[in-house]
This record gives sequence, C-alpha cells and structure tokens, in this order.
Amino acid sequence: MKVNILEYLIEAATELPNKCAYFDEETSYTYSGILNEVKAIGTKLIKKLNVKCRPILIYMEKSPAVLAAFWGTVYSRNFYVPLDTNMPDMRIRLIVENLKPAAVITDMAHYDLARKFSNTVFIFEEMIETPIDEELLAKRLSTAIDTDPVYVLYTSGSTGVPKGVVVSHRSLTDYIEQFCKEVDIREDDIIANQAPFYFDASLIDIYCTLKAKGTMGIVPLEYFSIPLKLLDFLQKYGVTTVRWVPSAMKMVSTFKGFKSIRPDKLRKIIFGAESMPTKVYNYWKANYPEAVFVQIYGPTEITGVCTYHVVDKEYSDDEIIPIGKAFKNTEVFLLDEDDKLINRSEVVGEICVKGSCLALGYYNAKEKSDEVFVQNPLNPYYNEKIYRTGDLAKYNERKELVFVSRKDFQIKHMGHRIELGEIETAVMALSNMKNACCLFEPDKQKIILFYESDAYDDITIMEALKKRLQRYMLPNVLYKLDKIPLLHNGKTDRVKLKDMAGIKK
Amino acid sequence: MDTIIEILKGVHPEIDYESETGLIDKRIFDSFDVVNIVGELMDEFDVEITAEHMIPQNFNSAKAIYALIQRLEEE
Repeated sequence: MKVNILEYLIEAATELPNKCAYFDEETSYTYSGILNEVKAIGTKLIKKLNVKCRPILIYMEKSPAVLAAFWGTVYSRNFYVPLDTNMPDMRIRLIVENLKPAAVITDMAHYDLARKFSNTVFIFEEMIETPIDEELLAKRLSTAIDTDPVYVLYTSGSTGVPKGVVVSHRSLTDYIEQFCKEVDIREDDIIANQAPFYFDASLIDIYCTLKAKGTMGIVPLEYFSIPLKLLDFLQKYGVTTVRWVPSAMKMVSTFKGFKSIRPDKLRKIIFGAESMPTKVYNYWKANYPEAVFVQIYGPTEITGVCTYHVVDKEYSDDEIIPIGKAFKNTEVFLLDEDDKLINRSEVVGEICVKGSCLALGYYNAKEKSDEVFVQNPLNPYYNEKIYRTGDLAKYNERKELVFVSRKDFQIKHMGHRIELGEIETAVMALSNMKNACCLFEPDKQKIILFYESDAYDDITIMEALKKRLQRYMLPNVLYKLDKIPLLHNGKTDRVKLKDMAGIKK
Repeated sequence: MDTIIEILKGVHPEIDYESETGLIDKRIFDSFDVVNIVGELMDEFDVEITAEHMIPQNFNSAKAIYALIQRLEEE
C-alpha cells in the first residue's frame, strides 16, 4: 500500500530510469529525468518555505514540466493547485482570495502575471538548477501521511466563487490502483492526453501512466481542431489508450476521420465527464470492433471515477449508454427526496457515494463542504460520510445506473462542469446590469443568456464577460430584453424564457 | 452567406464575421466550436465535410467557409 504518490515515481525511476515517461511534440522526460527535476524543486521548496500541507499554485503553460512542478511540490509535503494560464484575471483573483497560496511556481513566460497573485514566486527554469539534497528530501517524505492533500482542483461555484476540491493521497492512490487493475493499463501502454491538467479527467493519463510505468504524450490543443493532425499524432507515437471527453471524440466522428487515418495500435478507449452521444460511440466502435470501450462517471469530489461501464452490448443511436455500476472499493446508491434508499428500477434518485474516494471537502469553504459531504442518512450508528452528487439517475432492468439529469442548475458543456449561477453572478457584477438569467439548450449544447440593461449590447457584454469567465463559460446566444419575466414571488420565470429560446422541456 | 453567418453567430455572437479572417489562427474558434459549426453546416447545406477539408485556410473567415460550401455543393 502506497502512502504517497511519489512512491510510484521513485519506483519507476529505479526500475526503468531511461524509459520515456512523459512527452509532447517539443520535449520529453525519462523517469529518472523527471525525478531529478522533481527533487531539485522539492529541495528548493523545503529550504525556502517553512510550511507543510499548504497550497502552492502552479501557473505554467501545459507541458510535461508542469508534472515536475506538481511532484516537486508534493516532495515538500505541500499540495499543488494547477491553474489555467488562459483564465481571466478576475477569476484568478477569486481563487487566490479563497486559497491564499503559500507560493506560486511559474515559468519565465508567465512571471509578470504570477507576481500579481503572490509575493512568493518561484521560476521553474531556475528551480530545476537547485542542487539536490537527498537527505532533506527523504526526511520530509518520511513524515508524509496518506490523508495529506495531494492537490486542489477548482470547479465552478454557483455563487460565483469557484470551489476548490481538496483530494488526499489516499483517494488518489486508491483510484489509480483500482483503475489500472480494472482497465488493465500496462507498461507498454502509450496514453494520448487530451484533458487539461487543471481538470480531473487528466488523472488517468498522468497517474495510470505513473503507476503502470507507461508513457504519456500530450496532444497539442490545436490538433483537436484539425482531425488529420490529431490522428497522425496517435499513429506516429503508437498510442494504445485514450481517455477523452466525448466532445473530443466527436471531432473525429463528425469528420469521419478514420477514413483518412485509422491509428492501428489503439485498443483502450475511455470516455466520461459528459454524456456520450451514442452516434459518436457507434462510429468509433465500428472502426475499432476489438477495442475495449469504457464509459466512466464521477465528479471531482470523488476523485475520478465512482461508476463505470465496460460497453458490452450494441446500442442504437437513440439509446443512452448507462454509466454502469459502482467502481471497485466504492459504494454508489440512490436516495429519494426523503433520503430513503431506492432499489427498484426506473425510479429516479440522487447519486450518493461513499468510500476512500471522497475528497476532503472544499478548500476554505466549510459551509459549502457541509452541504454535500454529509453523514450517511442511512447510518445513525457511527461517523460515515457520503458525497451527494446532485446528479439524478435510475437503475435500468440490467441494474445498471443511467444518468437522468441534474437537480440544480449545473450543466456539462464541452466536457466542462459549469454552474449557470457563476455565469449569472459574473453578468450581474457588471455595472448597470438590471437582471440576468442563464439557460442551457442541451441538444445543440448552447449557453443562452437573457439580460436586461441600458448600458450593454451584445458586443460590449461579451467583451466584459471575457474578462471574468473562462471561455467555455461564455454564452453562445444572447437575448437582450426590456424586462426579464418574473413569477409572482419575484423569481425569474424560467419556463417563459425557455419558451422564448425554443427549448423543449 | 447569411445562413453561414447565422450559424457562426450561434457559437460566438460577438464576432464581426464580415471582417474577421483569423477564426482558427487566432483561436477564436476552439475545436469544440469547430465541431458544432461543421455539424450545423452539414445539416443545413446537406454536404459532407471530411477531415481533408478541415484545414485552417478553409475556416479562417466566413468567406472561406462560404467558398468551401460552394465547392462541396458543386461536387
């Protein structure tokens, strides 16, 4: 049993020091190569920072070097918090206010920006020149325990402030041990990484590679707009495994990409983070009849995966692929509105999760944590926490879970989890904004914003929102209204707005 | 042309599509925008846009997209 994820790295670097571990089109690391940089960074942090179990922001352009920054942080027994370098200033400020990081690790290119977030800023290119102090590192690592946080990942928050999900080494090692076993990730696997590192969909890529001593290549973001380049990458590097969001897989099917290039080593195809259009799945399956297809489901709060489904039967284009059954060492159950357990099929309830996968809560947000990480209502006898996902599901006749909808205003857009409330809060923060409401049109995947203002028009409101919101949160369709319709109780009349936008119920 | 601009506006309403010539190069459209747009173009014009067509030159401006659709309709 591993206590700290660095044990995997040390083991891989000892057994296979010269094997290519992580690469992109420009750079690559062997296992011993990355461990050396991790140790240099760790030494620097231990010597310069007199703290343990505190957050360190990682503000770097995506590359294999980011992983060295992550694990250098872990070596100092602190935890890493990756941020998107394209995140607008105002949103970063909200995160920094919540997190109060002990330091920032950045690259040369982002130094000037990073200095705005903290007084203690380390430059990656300088850190890796630090002489390694093996004794100091070993001593620090020997004090680590498996309930230490390993990372915090920020996700959208309905009140406008992003929520930082704190995950322990225990949860992460549990996840990757079980996942490598279930899906059989091996030493000869080459994984093509799509998901950003600030998004938990990247955990399989990064950590299953580490545990299996495999290889992970980062696919450049722009290749996902040019299918031939994307498929050429998979072919050129002999990629065996992908864990992509369905939107990325749709890229290939929309253009019938396999007609041009069909990467011949691909054999494990894992998808999750949003519902998979069955038509897209069928296109991939028809081209890879021998491959293993795995649907996974799990919010950031339960560390990766809580249900999975190895797709084992045919689905017609209008059927829904189930999210399946509980993941190993995880219990998943449905509760009805009175917190009673649901056993019958076709009855809808909230997905609840318990197990080592549960995050430690939201960082510096006790109230929010207490709302969803709660005592199991079915167990009055001893302390047992469950996570209430807010996702609604039911069992089908095969006793598989099938996702139904959300019980609140959270949406999945292009694989990203978004609270419509965060968008509305950003809109309402604009001066002279009278009222605003956001809706989502799931068929065409469009965020629709209704707003009421004398000061803004469609162009100026978008310019203002770009300074506050991630690009995937920006509305796609705008309606400027003289008056947003209200119900008698003063709340927004969403039904009327849905009508206006032509959204089916 | 109007139909194309209508489709593009349904993804990024704030862009001036008459003048913009760097939709892909300037990363105004990301891959997910591209997939949505192409899906709608194929439905609307009943053409097949394949991986070979998906190069930046064909999608950098509304005009370039219009020219591509015209080529495909003639085929």
